[in-house]
Amino acid sequence: MFRHLLCMAAAAAVAGSSLAAEPAATDTDQRLQNVEQRLERLENAAPSAVPPASAGSFNPAVSLILSGIYTDLSHDPADYRITGFPVPSAAEIGPGRRGFSLAESELGVYANIDPYFYGGLNYSLHPDDTASVEEAFIQTIALSNGFAVKAGRFFSGIGYLNSQHSHVWDFADAPLVYQAFLGTQFGDDAVQIKWLAPTDTFLEIGAELGRGRAYPGSDRDGNGVGAGTLFAHLGGDAGVSNSWRAGLSLLNTSPQDREFSVTDLAGNDATNSFSGHSHTWVADAVWKYAPNGNPVYTNFKLQAEYMRRHEDGDVTYDSDGALGLTNTAPFDAKQSGWYVQGVYQFMPYWRIGLRSDRLDHGTVDYGANDANLPLYGYNPSRNSVMADYTPSEFSRIRLQLSQDKARRGVTDRELFLQYQMSLGAHGAHAY
Amino acid sequence: MKKFLIALSTIAALAFSAHVAALDVFACEPEWAALMLELGGDRVSIYTATNAFQDPHQIQAKPSLLAKARRADLVVCTGSELEIGWLPVVLRQSGNDAVQPDKPGYFEAANYVQKLEVPTVLDRAAGDIHPGGNPHIQTDPHNIARVATALAQRLTEIDPANAAYYQARYRDFAARWEAAMQRWDKEAAPLRGAAIVVHHKAFAYLENWLGLKEVAQLEPKPGVEPTSAHLAEVLDQLQRQPAKMVVRAAYNDDRASAWLAERAKIPAVVVPFTVGGSDKAKDLFGLFDDTVQRLLEAVR
Repeated sequence: MFRHLLCMAAAAAVAGSSLAAEPAATDTDQRLQNVEQRLERLENAAPSAVPPASAGSFNPAVSLILSGIYTDLSHDPADYRITGFPVPSAAEIGPGRRGFSLAESELGVYANIDPYFYGGLNYSLHPDDTASVEEAFIQTIALSNGFAVKAGRFFSGIGYLNSQHSHVWDFADAPLVYQAFLGTQFGDDAVQIKWLAPTDTFLEIGAELGRGRAYPGSDRDGNGVGAGTLFAHLGGDAGVSNSWRAGLSLLNTSPQDREFSVTDLAGNDATNSFSGHSHTWVADAVWKYAPNGNPVYTNFKLQAEYMRRHEDGDVTYDSDGALGLTNTAPFDAKQSGWYVQGVYQFMPYWRIGLRSDRLDHGTVDYGANDANLPLYGYNPSRNSVMADYTPSEFSRIRLQLSQDKARRGVTDRELFLQYQMSLGAHGAHAY
Repeated sequence: MKKFLIALSTIAALAFSAHVAALDVFACEPEWAALMLELGGDRVSIYTATNAFQDPHQIQAKPSLLAKARRADLVVCTGSELEIGWLPVVLRQSGNDAVQPDKPGYFEAANYVQKLEVPTVLDRAAGDIHPGGNPHIQTDPHNIARVATALAQRLTEIDPANAAYYQARYRDFAARWEAAMQRWDKEAAPLRGAAIVVHHKAFAYLENWLGLKEVAQLEPKPGVEPTSAHLAEVLDQLQRQPAKMVVRAAYNDDRASAWLAERAKIPAVVVPFTVGGSDKAKDLFGLFDDTVQRLLEAVR
């Protein structure tokens, strides 16, 4: 695959250089000289307009995201779960801690490495004094014909929100589908290839092969590939005021002994594990409206994503043997969920937003473990409303209220008051 | 997978070869698209990424821009960090080696003019400032002339087969532009020394050219929308230090300048700012014809 790409890159380079090397007519040389003389005169007339360069100019762009939050919850977050959608304990779901808390703060360092590669690190600082590598990747900038290759640890290109950092989300937390099916966000140690079609309509096709270390996969010790994705995005404009993007993605993982804890039918806390195949389809769409394409005064953004997951394999009930009831049986589950949200900027700096979340319990078959593990037949849901104030591109203060029915029989009323600020390099944001 | 890639590269190769015919130009702002049309004529196919009613600081890297940048042979932008919020991500994701910032296919107009208002202290507490200097260089026709010289040179470099054509068009344009500048200089003579209030610090080059004197801005800090408290201060200042008019660009909201104009009893002038910003600003000549006329009407 790589050889193929290199060949193409080389062919393109040759095509390019043969064009440039074409001898120009003498007449043209004369005219070129004239232009050069003009340029020279111009340069002599005006002092150098090039900004002073120093060794420091080679420093990478450093940016720091500072975020803090005040959270008020009507129910204890310690027993937060999404009923019928168990995730491993490592997956960070739920509304977080109560009271004042540092929220996810990030240190990002990005730069062109050389004429061929761009790279960066995003180091995430968590409120419990731990830190993690959120992203650390390199990507090509010198391939032509629409190709780009990325390698390292990065957020997968599936869906719409997945590849965005949480500080650019329009709500304080991730949609329930993202929490239930991707453990908030799917990032992996992987290689990605993307191709942008040479068409007027935006068409991007991508694929990733990776370790599959994160939920819905599970880390494993072995050669080969633990996760693969395919995605395609289509986008364009409708007049000067509207733009849109829609996509379809597939995430395949093969988790081994992926743990999950549930309260079994006898009322015991049971640790269980799943091994098999997990396929998640994601359909995403976003539409943005700004009068004359100028979002400064008013603008509107509507986005929705739908996910459908099929998992089949084996579930081992009481996998750690704590209850002495260990039993492995076939498992098959088809579940789905969606969210839709709209954010309206009604005057400069001020926005309001509404989001609706819903999960469908679908069909879950534990085989012989039906005698041990519960089927809830419950559809978790949540509704959120937010208002935020963005005095500049670099700062934002947000208030969010949610009515969270992720847990069966519990309505959690949640309030979030957060700030998100960025200092350092002026980052360019994707669509 | 391999078959899929081969199929893809075949499509890509076909598209690439079909493309060599006309030079595909991606112009970040309408003024550079208009200049490109003057110099490139029918040998170039131009896409304009933004329009006169968009705040050039607040553009998003939308999918259509990526699709166009991917096919471009030449990207022509202002530079001086005007496009920093969107262009880097568009270029990086374009999969187009030819238009990366270190390549001949990438042209920054601001590199060829002497920039004004270059900050000595870089502190975001001062608002949205551009480390390389004020990027709104297109409001002075002398800058357009300088950029035209450099852009014509660049065109001959990346498309040598049409070099003679570009140079002929350049000479024709330069002569017409020189004559037009002399005319504008003469017409605009009554503006010399006139005090003006501006919405955003977007007119440094226009002021420098016409000898206008900027006494206040409606924005409390660059990139920060006018507040009522700040407008009251400006009004107070105008009692002591009168101005002839309050000037804004086509993309600025009209309420702040209307508020001030009414109370300070001075005309509010909206200038096209770039090509397409008014009915008369159909090309670069129309842009300056209309700008000068609108300013003159305000001092009459």
